[in-house]
Amino acid sequence: MSGGDLVVIGNGMVGQRFVEALRARDHGRRWRVTVLAEEGRPAYDRVRLSAFFDGVSAEELNLHTPDDGVALRLGEPATGIDRARRVVTTATGEHPYDALVLATGSYAFVPPVDGTDLPGVFVYRTLDDLAGIRAHGAGRRTGAVIGGGLLGLEAANALRLLGLATSVVEFAPRLMPVQVDEAGGAMLRRYVEELGVTTHLGVATTALRPGPDGAVAGLELSDGSTVDADLVVVAAGIRPRDELARAAGLAVGPRGGVLVDATCRTEDERIWAVGECAAVDGTCHGLVAPGYATAEVVADRLLDGAATFPGADTATKLKLLGVDVASFGDAHGATPGCLDVTFTDPATRSYAKLVLSDDARTLLGGVLVGDASAYPTLRASVGGPLPAPPLALLAPSGESGGGVAALPGAAQVCSCNAVTRDDIDAAIAGGCADVPALKACTRAGTSCGSCVPMLKQLLDAAGVQQSTALCEHFDASRQELFEIVQVRGIRTFSQLIAEHGRGRGCDICKPVVASILASLGTGHVLDGEQASLQDTNDHFLANLQRDGSYSVVPRIPGGEITPEKLIVIGEVARDFRLYTKITGGQRIDLFGARVEQLPQIWRRLVDAGFESGHAYGKALRTVKSCVGETWCRYGVQDSVGLAVALELRYRGLRAPHKIKSAVSGCARECAEARSKDFGIIATETGWNLYLGGNGGFRPRHADLFATDLSTDELVTLIDRFLMFYIRTADRLQRTAGWIEALEGGLDHLRAVIVDDSLGLCADLDAAMARHVASYSDEWRDVLDDPDRLRRFTSFVNAPHVPDPSITFAVERGQPVPARGAPPAAGADRRRQPVALGLPEVRR
Amino acid sequence: MSPTSTLDWTAVCPLDRLDPDRGVAALVDGVQVALFVTGGELYAVDNLDPVGGAYVMSRGIVGSRGGVPTLASPLHKQVYDLRTGRCLDLPDVTLRRHEARCRDGVVEVRLRQEE
Repeated sequence: MSGGDLVVIGNGMVGQRFVEALRARDHGRRWRVTVLAEEGRPAYDRVRLSAFFDGVSAEELNLHTPDDGVALRLGEPATGIDRARRVVTTATGEHPYDALVLATGSYAFVPPVDGTDLPGVFVYRTLDDLAGIRAHGAGRRTGAVIGGGLLGLEAANALRLLGLATSVVEFAPRLMPVQVDEAGGAMLRRYVEELGVTTHLGVATTALRPGPDGAVAGLELSDGSTVDADLVVVAAGIRPRDELARAAGLAVGPRGGVLVDATCRTEDERIWAVGECAAVDGTCHGLVAPGYATAEVVADRLLDGAATFPGADTATKLKLLGVDVASFGDAHGATPGCLDVTFTDPATRSYAKLVLSDDARTLLGGVLVGDASAYPTLRASVGGPLPAPPLALLAPSGESGGGVAALPGAAQVCSCNAVTRDDIDAAIAGGCADVPALKACTRAGTSCGSCVPMLKQLLDAAGVQQSTALCEHFDASRQELFEIVQVRGIRTFSQLIAEHGRGRGCDICKPVVASILASLGTGHVLDGEQASLQDTNDHFLANLQRDGSYSVVPRIPGGEITPEKLIVIGEVARDFRLYTKITGGQRIDLFGARVEQLPQIWRRLVDAGFESGHAYGKALRTVKSCVGETWCRYGVQDSVGLAVALELRYRGLRAPHKIKSAVSGCARECAEARSKDFGIIATETGWNLYLGGNGGFRPRHADLFATDLSTDELVTLIDRFLMFYIRTADRLQRTAGWIEALEGGLDHLRAVIVDDSLGLCADLDAAMARHVASYSDEWRDVLDDPDRLRRFTSFVNAPHVPDPSITFAVERGQPVPARGAPPAAGADRRRQPVALGLPEVRR
Repeated sequence: MSPTSTLDWTAVCPLDRLDPDRGVAALVDGVQVALFVTGGELYAVDNLDPVGGAYVMSRGIVGSRGGVPTLASPLHKQVYDLRTGRCLDLPDVTLRRHEARCRDGVVEVRLRQEE
């Protein structure tokens, strides 16, 4: 098709995926896209809907990213399709189309039983449904779910989490009848009943009866019994939403659904259907993976591709009520002549079944209940040879570790996104060294996530180290160590390594622990034992240079400096013969200071009102600024004032990596704020906050996090962002990599620090308040303390003798390190001649 | 190449001038020596980083690797076995060692020279 106006009806998971797939490939911008959405919120992850009851916010389930090439009309459902005029009508207007994609999904089927219209009866389909369930369930005691399938068990768990005594009523003689066989269903039932959920199997609900207040109070069952329920969820199946198509005269499938061919096109060449509303060659698929496949097909077709529907992957894996349940391929053994291998272990309460071809060589499908760790490997092996003997695959301890290596290259590792083992291996060969990198590179593991364990195994199989252990001395990651130190109130490295590590530490773990202790406010970085943990920069509060000398960097907040201070810097540089350079961070570096000169240099600077700029530490460095509205014709806010305030607020803050920031006074971005860990750009009405940018080896622009903030709102968000990062990032992980590695990315971060989804905000705020209140200048602290000053000597037995190896040449009128050839590794490393004229050593 | 001790013991400083796991530099007969106390043992090595070429080893981080007491260069983090001077990260690189002992609370160093 050539392009033009494209209307999409529906903004569910598949509709959203379709739009993304199209937009990603439509480089020529051939299609102008309008999306009509019935719900008032953009697409969200319906598969994880139940996570809502586990405290996950609606924001975290969001799947939608703003796209200025797509007009998303929320709360504007389509009411009709006029195929003759090629127009979709809504309550508020008409949308002409050159191509129309139906992504209307399905609705919850409610059986024709008296009382389903009573207050307190819900379906389980949308976030609004869940909000209604939560509201009605408050203060009530009993709940029931009609339907013991996937969705019904999820709903049962939701009711349990709301504190209701819960019953499940299922018409079939076992739970999850579609996915699980009889033995698997029996195992599942044991789990479910142990959790306190009552099951009624093989019975139908004949009526719902009201209580005195008119709301639902109980169920009457076909065996004559009754079940008390103050709240009822109907989860008896779904039906495709095909009413628009029917009204427009389009053909539907034998069991409903918009009839389409393998290209997902209806009999009208301008109309397509994707997801659960589509009956592909007559069959509707009620799972997201086949839905995504239809989205990809139609995106391809609209751009003149030749994709066809590859067939449905009906594999499912869920953790229902804390029980792993998985089913894949021909789970019920419908293939003629097939063989079953089953494994039941009452001790670990696991059940597994493999369905094999009649020659026992090809895996056709299977069921796992209780322990589904073999699921990713098995699912990827369907249709191919068994990667290991059946018992080895099913034994819970087997972990099928050897199985992954035996997977064929064409096996689909991630069926949601159609990623094969070959794709993963290629990404690993291309440099992806961890799961987040693989996710970003291949999209594997980004939908249902069930293949993430296999991604780890494939990394292992490729020889990529996956341990989160900090080093040989600690098995814990940096984040875990942070928690240990915080929770246990540990104040010293010795105690930490004695109780939670081994050996004596090293240049990896010691600075990390030093940083953690500093973040938790345990005093000056050179206090007591902490001094021995510091990298040389933190130890000498200056930056080690190639010749063993140090550079000194006084703080110049926001890059604003008075002439008097500028003169002092010049005088100090002149008097100590220091090479002087203005840096990219709007500061002035003074190079070539020897260890014993550092306190003398600081004394002069501190007396003039300077303090340490922390150029040496994994800490906040600078907040750069433009001149903003103070001087600039275009500036709209006081960027200098804000930069100074922020730099002073966060000075001395120790972090997993150095942190930089900038404030621009208008969108011209003269301060280059978007290349910083947190950047701020002024708007007419406030501040826009960008997070996760950096320069460095792999430059990255920061992402827009929040807009038009007041200064107070801005500072609160930055406080929380920094503290959450400091607490949870890995060693030497920049904010960019940290956000990428967060499950849920920026949206998750937003949920945590804006919506307080983890209940951490008060704690983060308090931690930052402590930091701000406890700041004191490290240089001044050294100058005031003879014990600390003692460290700043050249030689322990000759404290007044300068290091004779530090000598200078002159370039462009300034001192630079004399270029003696450094001894090459492995070459002659005999003593080099020591400079002549050495001062006498006192003995 | 056989190390020989050719010079006498030189008193350098009181033992309590050395903090555990944190080095100091000393000048012994014009040679820069890095001194450490770790795990109750006294070690003396050259202050010259054999890879980076700067006199900085006294400012490295002391630790252990596989039970061996180690010193990491502050320049580019190569790790050396404090007992032998052997670099654990690069083949054929060695940090020169010297002898150190404590007598009556005073640290003494004797230089080694390699022929």
